[in-house]
Amino acid sequence: MLRAILILFLLPMVCLGKTINVCSSCQFISIQKAISVADSGDLVLVKAGTYAEHDITIDRPISLKAEGDVVIDGEKKSYIIKVESDHVSISGFKLKNVGISFTKDFAAIYLHKVEHFLIEDCTLEAVYFGMLIEKSSHGMIRNNTVSSEGTEEVTSGNGIHLWHCDNVQVDGNHLFHLRDGVYFEFVKESTVTNNLSENNFRYGLHFMFSNNDVYTDNTFRDNGAGVAVMFSKFIEMKRNTFIKNWGSASYGLLLKEIYDAEIINNEFIENTIAINVEGSTRVNYKHNTLKANGWAVKIAGACYANVFEENNFSSNAFDVSYNSKINDNRFSGNYWSEYTGYDLDKDGTGDVPYRPVKLFSYVVNRTPETIVLLRSLFVDIINFSEKVSPVFTPDELVDNAPKMKLIP
Amino acid sequence: MTYSFFDLMRSRWSLVYFGFYFLLGMVLLFLNNDVSKAVITMMNIIVVLTPLIGTIFGVMYYYNSKEFTELLLAQPLRRSTIFLGQYFGLALSLAGSLVFGLGIPFAIYGIVGSGALVSFILLLAVGALLTFIFVALAYNIGLSNDNKIKGFGLAILLWLFLAVIYDGMFLISLVMFDDYPIDKFSLIASMLNPIDLSRILIILELDISVLLGYTGAVFQKFFGTSFGMLASFGLLLIWCAAPVALIVHKAKRKDF
Repeated sequence: MLRAILILFLLPMVCLGKTINVCSSCQFISIQKAISVADSGDLVLVKAGTYAEHDITIDRPISLKAEGDVVIDGEKKSYIIKVESDHVSISGFKLKNVGISFTKDFAAIYLHKVEHFLIEDCTLEAVYFGMLIEKSSHGMIRNNTVSSEGTEEVTSGNGIHLWHCDNVQVDGNHLFHLRDGVYFEFVKESTVTNNLSENNFRYGLHFMFSNNDVYTDNTFRDNGAGVAVMFSKFIEMKRNTFIKNWGSASYGLLLKEIYDAEIINNEFIENTIAINVEGSTRVNYKHNTLKANGWAVKIAGACYANVFEENNFSSNAFDVSYNSKINDNRFSGNYWSEYTGYDLDKDGTGDVPYRPVKLFSYVVNRTPETIVLLRSLFVDIINFSEKVSPVFTPDELVDNAPKMKLIP
Repeated sequence: MTYSFFDLMRSRWSLVYFGFYFLLGMVLLFLNNDVSKAVITMMNIIVVLTPLIGTIFGVMYYYNSKEFTELLLAQPLRRSTIFLGQYFGLALSLAGSLVFGLGIPFAIYGIVGSGALVSFILLLAVGALLTFIFVALAYNIGLSNDNKIKGFGLAILLWLFLAVIYDGMFLISLVMFDDYPIDKFSLIASMLNPIDLSRILIILELDISVLLGYTGAVFQKFFGTSFGMLASFGLLLIWCAAPVALIVHKAKRKDF
């Protein structure tokens, strides 16, 4: 009886799949050969060693797993692993030397039209594209390290590139020296969490035409141009850190044609332009910290019904820069380190409204060359007189309830 | 001769001046506690204040010591020696007060180990040069005007012009001609004014230079090279040497 139960329990496990080992002294010495004899649900276990293979095609639902230090060297020829089947998982490999081409997007791991994939704990070095995922859904990419040896933008690819995907989670990856750390194009309902994207030539994270996505708890540091979110709707950006995106054409976060987004609890530190906004509507900025940036918020036209509430603006060269006289955005209850008003009733809110747009920032917007007068005494004088009686800067662009102290 | 003026100057006013800068440096560092940030704040003060103090002290000192100068003229001394002695005595003591007054607090707070050392030294060098320039200009004004009030007025006007009005005109011309390529113009215009030149030199040395954007790129291309640095320092030296030569020239011809 007991034996019958035991068999009943064990049977599905055995049926679920067998393990095929790959190593230099095993039955299989090539990963591709092992895969070609595997059945659905099998585990292909690759033992420690270096394998010079490329275009390894996974066309059936198996798990590909590395045991110990397994290096697959693509010898700069082509793709390394191509996945063409649903329910595939890849874990623990070190893949290096992806081919570089200007006509094909060679990637270390390439997925096309698959569902329910898992890629974890892999180290991808000297890649062109790291992971290129097309028309796929319901996947998880976690705890990978992706880096490249590219020296400039045109000869590098993206770390994790998703195109026409949905429901993919990108979590805990480290991406550096790439063109874009993570690139989403036509990606829906996906999340990007806990990643570190640094020293990339273009963007740390790049969204194009991707709606209903969430990115939280990521750090973007020292990227060529920061993070770009373009032509997307319903994006949530929370608890991210944008730090030291510092250069003459850099920004922390670039928003272009964005609708209905939430930007909450992010930190922007030492960026040339912390948030550059062009044509965005109904975006809520709350509880963000903007510190020691050149421009904290630079708004360039066609921005309507945006709300800035309870953000900390400290020690930025320009708090808000604005290029038109019409304002449809609301600033309220923010902390401004340059605020000089008083608080007679001691309720923590200043009694005098604060005007975040300085005359000089208006002038610089009109004539960028005038920036050479930055920090000149004359500029301080005109800023002061404009503050007392605004003529050029938008009249209604005021924070009526500026906070006296830093919002914790 | 020069030495006596050294002594004279060091005794009173320059000590006050030294104390002022010392306190300023201490307070700034006390409030800021970050050496590199204090350097940025310092820049605003130096670029505006050293010229002002240089001009006012220069004119004041010239008129104050006029009688003594006349006495000296009766002695068998060369005129250039007397006036250059006065000029260098004053300028050196003012520059010394600036360098030590700011240098000591920053040294105490550990500027030597921090990354801001180069920009701090540049700051002090520029401050000292500005002192030399403006004391010389003030002396010229003193020499050409026997009327004290007129001399003071002119000196303050000179400072106001170079520190404020020039930038205003510069700004207006930039805004008016913004349809034209004005990068070169702004480069030249900013080099002609010693205050602007020093301000840009310091900004480019500091981190905030990236804020200058494309215009900054033109400047960076020029000032960033060693040639540009040398050229701008050379220009500051010319700004210094020309008025000094004028002092000698005027002093020789002046009828006391």
